[in-house]
Amino acid sequence: MPFGVRSKPTRTRGRALGGTNLTALLSKLGVTAHRAHRRPQIVRDAVGNFPNRRLAKSSFHCATLILPIMNRPRFPLFALALLAGVALIGCSKSAPKLRVGFAQTGAESAWRTANSESMKSEAAKRGIELKFSDAQGKQENQIRAIRSFIAQGVDAIVVAPIVETGWDPVLREAKQAKIPVILTDRTIQTSDESLYVCFIGSDFYEEGRMAANWLAKHVDGKGNIVELQGTPGSAPANERRKAFADGIAKFPGLKIIDSQSGNFERSTGKQVMQAFLKKHGKAMNIVYAHNDDMALGAAQAIEEAGLKPGKDIVLVSIDAIGEAVKAVAEGRLNCTVECSPLFGPKVYDTIEKIRAGEKVPKKSFNQDELFDSTNAAAALPTRKY
Amino acid sequence: MNPAESSRPRRPLSPLVWLCLGLTALVLWNVVSNPAFLAVTLRDGHVYGVPIDIFTQASRTMLVALGMTLVIATGGVDLSVGSVVAIAGAVCALTLGHGAGLPLTIAAAIAVGAAAGAVNGLLVARLAIQPIVATLILMVAGRGIAQLLSGGQVLIIADKSFEFLANGFVLGLPFAPLLVAALFLAAHLALRRSALGLFIEAAGDNETASRFAGLAAARIKWLVYVFSGACAGLAGVLTASNIRAADANRAGENAELDAIFAVVVGGTALTGGRFSILGTFLGALLIQTLATTMYYRGVPPAVAPVPKALLIVAVSLLQSEKLRNRISALWRKPRKVAA
Repeated sequence: MPFGVRSKPTRTRGRALGGTNLTALLSKLGVTAHRAHRRPQIVRDAVGNFPNRRLAKSSFHCATLILPIMNRPRFPLFALALLAGVALIGCSKSAPKLRVGFAQTGAESAWRTANSESMKSEAAKRGIELKFSDAQGKQENQIRAIRSFIAQGVDAIVVAPIVETGWDPVLREAKQAKIPVILTDRTIQTSDESLYVCFIGSDFYEEGRMAANWLAKHVDGKGNIVELQGTPGSAPANERRKAFADGIAKFPGLKIIDSQSGNFERSTGKQVMQAFLKKHGKAMNIVYAHNDDMALGAAQAIEEAGLKPGKDIVLVSIDAIGEAVKAVAEGRLNCTVECSPLFGPKVYDTIEKIRAGEKVPKKSFNQDELFDSTNAAAALPTRKY
Repeated sequence: MNPAESSRPRRPLSPLVWLCLGLTALVLWNVVSNPAFLAVTLRDGHVYGVPIDIFTQASRTMLVALGMTLVIATGGVDLSVGSVVAIAGAVCALTLGHGAGLPLTIAAAIAVGAAAGAVNGLLVARLAIQPIVATLILMVAGRGIAQLLSGGQVLIIADKSFEFLANGFVLGLPFAPLLVAALFLAAHLALRRSALGLFIEAAGDNETASRFAGLAAARIKWLVYVFSGACAGLAGVLTASNIRAADANRAGENAELDAIFAVVVGGTALTGGRFSILGTFLGALLIQTLATTMYYRGVPPAVAPVPKALLIVAVSLLQSEKLRNRISALWRKPRKVAA
């Protein structure tokens, strides 16, 4: 045998691929009933008595093909889906919807999830067709999503930019396609401000200022504050620290005596608070936390030291997650400022204004709210996150 | 002087000595600035003070590091412990939420941890996948599993008996450090009073040789991963109990790195074949003391990682036998010339 030649002859192919016929195929798919020997007697009689034998035969064949399909357990579901699909196609053809593309950063936190949910549910409520893209924390995914929105010719593009730079080329493409771009949550750095129509953001500075003002009023401008900072270097931590410091500067009686990072985390917040309690003892009477998780951790540390959070030590924090609002209602926290992720209504209002040709402000903020003992209990049932 | 005796290499100092020196120096530095650092008082019928906080907070790292010690002793590493902590916390919240009792909850969390460890062990011991890669799988996927279990939310746990685990006191002493200390003692006895410790060291030193010597080396490796998973599961219970909530996103974050640091500082060789249970205990204590020191000295949060890095470098340098030999050579040289 020469080198390289297989010693075994090539096997002839079986019926599996080559020799199949329609009957076998159908029987494989579970449609077996149209085999003649399976026909019930009554059907055979009916066929025999039918005036036009050929018509009878063909209609019988149709029925035997369709009936087994209809008898399968999931048929109602399938039919429903088919009907819904047809209905959907009919609808979309009859009334053109507003089409919006949203390039979200990802789903990294509960805040972000609530943010996406708000955009989706509000779109559904208004009958807007939302094309949602989750970039999983990568800018290139967001840019790709924006390009695909442009290709699909949407009516508006909403972006929550992950980073500040590198947006000019893709936004220029959107501008050439005459699609308005709206930035939400975070802003970008660009040499050409006309590349986007407007920016709708959460104002970390405003939140810090609101917390400071509320505190100054609550404690009559006197007290020693310890601060639980967020992750060092993050935008919310920087802004909330600066705003609070600026806010209490007017009140010489208010002093920040210590400041450490709790990393936006519950357990670290608790740990730092335990150290503060031992280090400062009765010298401190106010805690300002950059987010609710740290404040709730601090409240536990205070309880474990035999003190009453909210009474012996005043706790002020930011975010207004559901649990914190509940704690405010129970008196364990004194105040929490909302950093609302519910952007949906404001974003779609803005888009509708732009389409109507109205002028919109270049920079606007989602409304922040403040919860203290006066309104927390009432707001509790309506909290969405 | 007997020439044979003088030429014999000096027995190297135990790495524990350097660890204790570092710990003592750190505590002294704190006491100098604030004499109240070591003060322990009685409040509400239980002990209260900074040292108590350090022990309580370190107990979770200690527990994770205990399992990690044995894994590293076999020449492996378990990167998935942080994720297992998160999964165990989520399991606690779910089982308690379904009305299960405390023993069942703890058992479920430990069992889930052990199961995760069994998967790691299977990949490493039976399928011979590199430990870093094998456990990286669960480290990444585990967070997702925990998020899935908790539905992406922070689950609140309101159960007095569950809270007791991390925050409770027995005879005025904190329960969690007592539990962990008991586990360390049990582990030490089990490993050093029987041949088990030797088996683990043998499997870590040379798996092939130990197999030829009659050890079921693969099974030993598999079992240490199961143990590490179970330890991480219990640490997850303590973590959830500490903050009375299961935080799938943040619980156990960087726990694997702290644990590895504690183990290595404690004198366990990363190459396997040698471990020290007491060293791990002290290493975990050192990390927590350092963190508390940062809060106490008021180090600005932005630069807080720098002292931590410096300490790690210092301890590693002190433990480097090569460096120690060079330094001692510097001192010895003039003597040799004189002789």
